[in-house]
Amino acid sequence: MTFKQMFTSSVGKKLVMAFTGIFLVLFLVVHASLNACIWAMDGGVIFNKAAHFMGSFVVPRILEIGLFLGIFLHIIQGYMLTLENRGKRKVGYEVNYSKGSKWYSRSMAILGTILLMFFIIHWKHFWVPSRITGVAEMDLGNGFIVHNLFGVMQDTFQNVWVVLFYVISCISLGYHLAHGFQSAFKTIGVHNKRYHTMISSIGYGFAIIIPLAFALMPISFYLHWVK
Amino acid sequence: MSQNTMNLKVKVWRQKNANAQGAFVTYDVAGISDEMSFLEMMDILNERLITEGGDPVAFDHDCREGICGMCSMYINGKPHGPWQANTTCQLHMRAFKDGETIVIEPWRANSFPIVKDLTVDRSAFDRIIQAGGYISVNTGNAVDGNSLPIEKQNADEAFAAAMCIGCGACVAACKNSSAMLFLSAKVSHLALLPQGAPERKSRVLKMVAQMDKEGFGSCTNTGACEATCPKEISIANIARLNNEYLGASLTAQ
Repeated sequence: MTFKQMFTSSVGKKLVMAFTGIFLVLFLVVHASLNACIWAMDGGVIFNKAAHFMGSFVVPRILEIGLFLGIFLHIIQGYMLTLENRGKRKVGYEVNYSKGSKWYSRSMAILGTILLMFFIIHWKHFWVPSRITGVAEMDLGNGFIVHNLFGVMQDTFQNVWVVLFYVISCISLGYHLAHGFQSAFKTIGVHNKRYHTMISSIGYGFAIIIPLAFALMPISFYLHWVK
Repeated sequence: MSQNTMNLKVKVWRQKNANAQGAFVTYDVAGISDEMSFLEMMDILNERLITEGGDPVAFDHDCREGICGMCSMYINGKPHGPWQANTTCQLHMRAFKDGETIVIEPWRANSFPIVKDLTVDRSAFDRIIQAGGYISVNTGNAVDGNSLPIEKQNADEAFAAAMCIGCGACVAACKNSSAMLFLSAKVSHLALLPQGAPERKSRVLKMVAQMDKEGFGSCTNTGACEATCPKEISIANIARLNNEYLGASLTAQ
């Protein structure tokens, strides 16, 4: 058995989804924690410092490469699996069986597609200006100049449609996580009932708290809760 | 006990053979007792069709006691009909209301090609079992049953997994046509017992490979299989199968 065989069987493909999914879950924790600095009510000083650290220090930059690989692997594998699985039943049912499973468990590809659209717009809003096209800078004193990403957030989230799109995306993320979090652990083989109950509870909590924190960010800027 | 009779419409998938174009045909069935089993209702319909010179509806059935796993109808959008933990043969007509239209479809999956009407070819399951669902036993006298100590928890879980009758409802219910609940039950019941230990690693790898070869989809843990399984096989078995697969594929030579 080679590693290629291991990860290309039907179970192996799911392992790829699970491992990249758990990696992306960890990324969400880091992303949400750092972004929570916007609520420091200091005009974005701490937030911009944190963003500067993430953008200039070597470790997060290396992790960023891993992050991009993880995201693309998760997206491509997800679409391939969805198409493959759909092709396994050429003639469909007259009456579909919908009672045995949650709608969001059956809709991971649709929820994921909303998230992909979100990523493209989100990268365009923040990652592209920060890395490529450039953003206004903020002088924190003693010649310590950082990108004013706080200002970019303030500007971006004045548009109600952008805020609405971010909130809808956060709701999609919540449902994607509600299934994905516990499903990933089942796929990597956690079958002990004790752990399974614990993971399910953490998963649902995570699926509420993280998207809620993210959704509150554009809302906070739009309603001028943070200045 | 008084019997209620009902008149129903039965909308059945009719297909002459694997290659023919199938279609739904609706039949009226009158005077059905609510104490009848679902298959008895089908028998009445078929007797009438035969009397009228028509072609009876082909469907699989054998023991009619809920233990053989042969019956396989997808009734009103659920494998084995509306009741929980139940096979089609143990479904009774009191589950339906007078005047109701009952939609009956075959198991739908590329890996379960239709033989005729509601009968599908489930030999893919047999080939998965052949690939690794066996144990090594020494020749000679059978050993004493009590000579192998087995932890109670493992014995219970192995028995629960061994309840799988291989009917294929899990595949029929799954949006991916995945056979993982079936496979996980077969792998689990042997992996949990000392008798299954010699082939433990090769078994899971061979059976997963055969399942993929048969063209079943992959599991996305939606839980539809567990919800429809007539023997209530737990989805935790799928997690155990994944665990067995990960361990075996990492350590295999």
